[in-house]
Amino acid sequence: MSVWQAFVELLKRDLRLAVRRRAEIANPLLFFVMVIVLFPLGVGAEPNLLERMSAGVVWVAALLAALLTLDSIFRSDFEDGTLEQLLLSAQPLSIMVLAKVVAHWLVTGLPLLLVAPLLAMLLGMKSAAMGTLMLSLLLGTPVLSLIGAIGVALTVGLRRAGVILSLLVLPLYVPVLIFGAAAVDAAASGLPVAGQLYILAAFLAMALSLAPVAAASALRISLS
Amino acid sequence: MNSFMKWFHKWGSPPWFYRVSGKMLPWLTGLFVITLVYGLYAGLVLAPADYQQGDSFRIIYVHVPAAWMGMFIYMVMAAAALVHLVWRMKMADVVLISSAPIGAAFAFIALVTGSLWGKPMWGTWWTWDARLTSELLLLFIYLGIIALHSAVEDRQSAGRATAVLTLVGVVNIPIIHYSVVWWNTLHQGTTVARLDGPAMAPEMLWPLLSMAFAFKLYYVIVMMLSARGEVLARETKSRWVRELVGGK
Repeated sequence: MSVWQAFVELLKRDLRLAVRRRAEIANPLLFFVMVIVLFPLGVGAEPNLLERMSAGVVWVAALLAALLTLDSIFRSDFEDGTLEQLLLSAQPLSIMVLAKVVAHWLVTGLPLLLVAPLLAMLLGMKSAAMGTLMLSLLLGTPVLSLIGAIGVALTVGLRRAGVILSLLVLPLYVPVLIFGAAAVDAAASGLPVAGQLYILAAFLAMALSLAPVAAASALRISLS
Repeated sequence: MNSFMKWFHKWGSPPWFYRVSGKMLPWLTGLFVITLVYGLYAGLVLAPADYQQGDSFRIIYVHVPAAWMGMFIYMVMAAAALVHLVWRMKMADVVLISSAPIGAAFAFIALVTGSLWGKPMWGTWWTWDARLTSELLLLFIYLGIIALHSAVEDRQSAGRATAVLTLVGVVNIPIIHYSVVWWNTLHQGTTVARLDGPAMAPEMLWPLLSMAFAFKLYYVIVMMLSARGEVLARETKSRWVRELVGGK
């Protein structure tokens, strides 16, 4: 089996598993919606205030939702032994990790992307910024999944990994948050956004090439 | 090169490290006390008060070296992580994990002193200024490393997992730093490491450099003490430790 075939097969398998457990797709989305609903309730429903905050709130909520689902990248495969088989297989582990991350993003990141404009509207974001919001999430959320994969790979063997995982991963998420929210803010005030989006794209290129390797070596350590 | 590699590998041997660090510690401590006393006296008493900031500028004699150490120790840890992952050198692992709490402490000191300085200067304990924020994020990264190391039960995989995390961090720290700088900046520009020479009076600069040197020595001393303890704990069963403690 070629590497590419193995990649596609693993991707298909993960997607099939996800489709059979639909609740796991719906729950993070619900969480995302709820966090965003909490903000107007907490800070008051003044349209001006909400509009100012909308870019940041949507991005922070997306970040937290991504964090919540990270564990599912490797956890169930770790528990039933699939992960060990992947490690033993002849295919390069980093490519297998990449397949799992892509599947994870398709299942958790993509739905987020589709719901985000609706929620941004609830917060009164200008419609001019919607396109940029989608684009920044399209470039940014895969980076969240990729960086997160390293964190999960490091903590997958631990019994209570949740809190430690967020400690490890959240500081690394900061650049994505800054440039993601900044792009949307700039778009809302009618400024050019190409710079921020290019930087997000650069983060994505870097994470795509480096994160799978780091996650693979972390997995080897966790399973040794 | 050959003799360098030989010297390099000697540091990888726990008994050799234990013996040599034991001999070095008194000297380092003496030098540390001298530089610290000179730095403090010259900085707090001899140096003139700043014409704008008055005496409150003197907090830089603690703040700036601590902030430098926060970065410096991370770089040492990253080098140790690389050595540990590439050459599987046991001592690198010990250095890495002994350094993490010290680095976190320095980052914390830099934050606290920065905040104490900010109150009279900026009129607020905390501003979301770029350097303060990236120092805070650096502290979080340190705490993450410590948390991961204490969460993994097996000592060997704990060391290697921590090394991987440290290397992931070292790629990210510049990105985080420049993102935060881009995001907001209110802090004053660089005053020491400038191409046209330091923009500081020499009688203010020398105590600062002396303090920076003292802090580095302090780090080496504390790291060695902690590493010696760690080495003894790891090698409890080996012969040289038994001979050392007088057992058979």
